[in-house]
Amino acid sequence: MIRKSAIVLLVAAIAAGTGALAAETLTDNLRGATPLNDEGPAPPMTSMRNTSEREVRNYPEQPPVIPHSIDGYQIDLNSNKCLTCHARARTGESQAPMVSITHFMDRDGQFLASVSPRRFFCTECHVPQNATNPPVSNDFVDIDTMLSRKTPGGPR
Amino acid sequence: MSASDPEAQKLSFWRRAWSFLVELWGVLISPSSVFGLGVLVLAGFVAGIIFWGGFNAALELTNTEKFCTGCHEMRDNVFAELKSTIHFSNRSGVRATCPDCHVPHNWTDKIARKMQASNEVWGHLFGFIDTREEFLDKRLELAIHEWARFKANDSLECRNCHSADSMDITKQSPRAAVAHQRFLFSGEKTCIDCHKGIAHRLPDMSGVPGWQ
Repeated sequence: MIRKSAIVLLVAAIAAGTGALAAETLTDNLRGATPLNDEGPAPPMTSMRNTSEREVRNYPEQPPVIPHSIDGYQIDLNSNKCLTCHARARTGESQAPMVSITHFMDRDGQFLASVSPRRFFCTECHVPQNATNPPVSNDFVDIDTMLSRKTPGGPR
Repeated sequence: MSASDPEAQKLSFWRRAWSFLVELWGVLISPSSVFGLGVLVLAGFVAGIIFWGGFNAALELTNTEKFCTGCHEMRDNVFAELKSTIHFSNRSGVRATCPDCHVPHNWTDKIARKMQASNEVWGHLFGFIDTREEFLDKRLELAIHEWARFKANDSLECRNCHSADSMDITKQSPRAAVAHQRFLFSGEKTCIDCHKGIAHRLPDMSGVPGWQ
């Protein structure tokens, strides 16, 4: 008898709990008020930064970001649109920066005559930039800030 | 005797054909004794409208995207690829159809291109391109034909819409403005030199000048 009433009580408690949860609208910074099992409206696409002006790297090894639009650029086994300007032989005409010499190296450190196949797909590392308000803040610290600290690795 | 029979028949055939032609010529150059001059002129006029109109109507009918994409080679390959590009879908809704770029608008050039295209009808009937793989194998050759045509006519089909005179480079990105000023306005290059692969996917570009 006691056990039966305990079960009834437990069911009632669970029902009340889930009811309260379901009634509450969950608001999240990223999702908004969209219920978890629904897909919310997609945010509008922002335009690509297209200034063609080089951007400062945040640390020496950073792959430079692409300061122009690359809509419709084909990079595949057949062709590489980026290399029609950034290849060594094309830079005279295009005045674009040449693909870094590191891209001519194979995995044994040997330099090849042209871009190494493992560095062929530009957008694996280099990406264009969109002007947007990040919904999540970022506490990245660039190398200059890091070096200017009193003590190496000192407090932020 | 039997050996000379076909020879005699052949001779008589040519003779008969010749005499028919002479007779026809006689009829054509002598004035009509049955129809009035007005009837003849009017009939000629109406027949002219029908034939010329019909010719142009057929020409226009074969100059539509619906006609071009009526066969699987175009519909499943090049037209499918066009759909994701800016010449199919863009902010202003102005778009290019197949003949806008691939058929010259000038009448004589158009007829010349149409005559060339009869080879493509032949190719369709005999199944030169039946599968995607066959298309990909031929893609470089087909692309080279089009590049050569654009190069030879100074990218005329591009310029039917994109006039260099009306191009406001201050509205372009700095990169485009510099390139157009240096190479387009100076006449050093034509559109297709830089803008390959903007409406369809590219073939294997190794060996094509300027590509890797």
